[in-house]
Amino acid sequence: MAYAFEAEGLVKRFGATTALAGVDLAAPEGTVLGVLGPNGAGKTTAVRILATLLRPDEGRATVAGLDVVHQAPQVRRQIGLTGQYASVDEDLTGTENLVLIGRLLDLSKRDALARARHLLGQFDLTEAADRVAKHYSGGMRRRLDLAASLVGRPSVIYLDEPTTGLDPAKRDDVWRLVRNLVADGTTVLLTTQYLEEADALADDITVIDHGRVIAHGTPAELKRVVGGQTLVVRPADPAHLDTVRGLLSQVSTGKNIDSPARGVLSVPVDDDSAMTTVVRRLDDAGIAVTELSLRLPSLDEVFFSLTGSREQIEQESAA
Amino acid sequence: MSSTTTLMTEAPDVPAAPTSDTPAKPFPLIRHSLILAGRSITKIRRTPEQLIDVTVQPIIFTVLFVYLFGGAISGSQHAYLQFVLPALMVQTVLFATLAIGVNLNTDMGKGVFDRFRSLPIPRSAPLVGAVLGDVVRFVTSIAVLLGFGYAIGFRVETNALQALAACLLVLFFAFSLTWVSVFLGTTVRNSGTVQGIGFLVMFPLTFGSSMFVPVNTMPGWLQAWVKVNPITHLTEACRGLMVGGAITEPVLWSLGWSVAIMAVFAPLAVRMYRSRT
Repeated sequence: MAYAFEAEGLVKRFGATTALAGVDLAAPEGTVLGVLGPNGAGKTTAVRILATLLRPDEGRATVAGLDVVHQAPQVRRQIGLTGQYASVDEDLTGTENLVLIGRLLDLSKRDALARARHLLGQFDLTEAADRVAKHYSGGMRRRLDLAASLVGRPSVIYLDEPTTGLDPAKRDDVWRLVRNLVADGTTVLLTTQYLEEADALADDITVIDHGRVIAHGTPAELKRVVGGQTLVVRPADPAHLDTVRGLLSQVSTGKNIDSPARGVLSVPVDDDSAMTTVVRRLDDAGIAVTELSLRLPSLDEVFFSLTGSREQIEQESAA
Repeated sequence: MSSTTTLMTEAPDVPAAPTSDTPAKPFPLIRHSLILAGRSITKIRRTPEQLIDVTVQPIIFTVLFVYLFGGAISGSQHAYLQFVLPALMVQTVLFATLAIGVNLNTDMGKGVFDRFRSLPIPRSAPLVGAVLGDVVRFVTSIAVLLGFGYAIGFRVETNALQALAACLLVLFFAFSLTWVSVFLGTTVRNSGTVQGIGFLVMFPLTFGSSMFVPVNTMPGWLQAWVKVNPITHLTEACRGLMVGGAITEPVLWSLGWSVAIMAVFAPLAVRMYRSRT
């Protein structure tokens, strides 16, 4: 399998802090790798190494088979980068930002302008094209930033928390963009703090914490490891809570029925049929509900189960 | 954005972007630096208030020195104007070199520098581009100062060619001093410190020179400093070229200092810049 990028044993220290303590990342061409982790896990450091902005202290990384340290200029022709903060020039207009990038990529003035107009159109920024980016909304700036990283038609694109701080509608826009990119054969490395996002977009997910990979797999594999999903039920009448609790205990293998909020019950379920079973039984019992949903585990829960199980394994192997 | 567009579908008239197979054009540093200098100039055009330090400030200094001190130092305001205007040209441009260090220090932390660095361009191109863009500010300051000076009675006593040479000499010196400013900007932790250190260095250099008063009025120890101060040579060279006096020696000294400063600080600044970004 041809890897679009591949990193092995990346180590990066900043003074006394170890940002990365041996991280492996890889994605086959035309796929999305989700890198999931909390703030300070080392996600951005890993991206910066793959984008040739930082040199690793140890380990090696290649993009399209090119070494990020020794062949950095060639690597830069393959990649597009969208940082956590929008890296556009706020004093320039949308068009000027994109033309500047195009010119720096050795396009002629005419070609750079054509490319800029084309991208602005695709990102719904045509009307804002001649306005200074300073006056853009957060979502517009993010879109311009994304457009800027596509000027050179990169084969690999790094999106470092592309939806942090965006409202749900704008987030959906970014998701759609990512899917379109992949449909056209681009490989995407996406860092995120949201399992939901990784689940929606990624072919594979690497979970990192404290500069180490603590899990890697497809979203389905990962969800199996962390205990799948949670079924949330809110009966219309709080008096039915006990009955509902009884119902839920029959579908759940684990007995840990929780009440995350007043009048709400949640239970972890492994089986995809649990939802339909619960609906049927609620219906049979004539209990009306105002909320019934399947929820993915939160990042906290993912980390709790991953690090919890890891400690357990370590304890077992030590014993 | 429209949900019906497919992102990477190209209109037929859109040319292909460069790939790794595209042969690189020659002289990437010069070419990319010039493109980035264009960026600086666009920004100046868009926010002309950035130019206050090179427009309003020299006028204030001229008014202050000529009308406040002129009579006391030279006996007449016009005589002092002839004496001090070439010096003010030097002073204005010198202070204008501080801005780039301050700006770079602020800008380097921002995302747009990351963007530049992820592009296949020479790593120092954004830096060189910013330095070249600053030349526009220097030219503006010289134009404003000469224009205002003329309006209040300053006259070139040599010829236009020599006056132009004086302007170019000041520009060249400022260009070399810009690297000191860049070095400071990339070395020091915050922009306030850049400004502080800059002024600390600039004051003895400008006031401890032949800029504002004749050297023979100063005590011997000060004269010793003034005579080695490169700013004295530059000021004397400009005076010689604009209102008459010795030319060859101060011009050579000024050129020598410019080259020496650049030879030391340009590589240092580039090295600091590369390690910081």
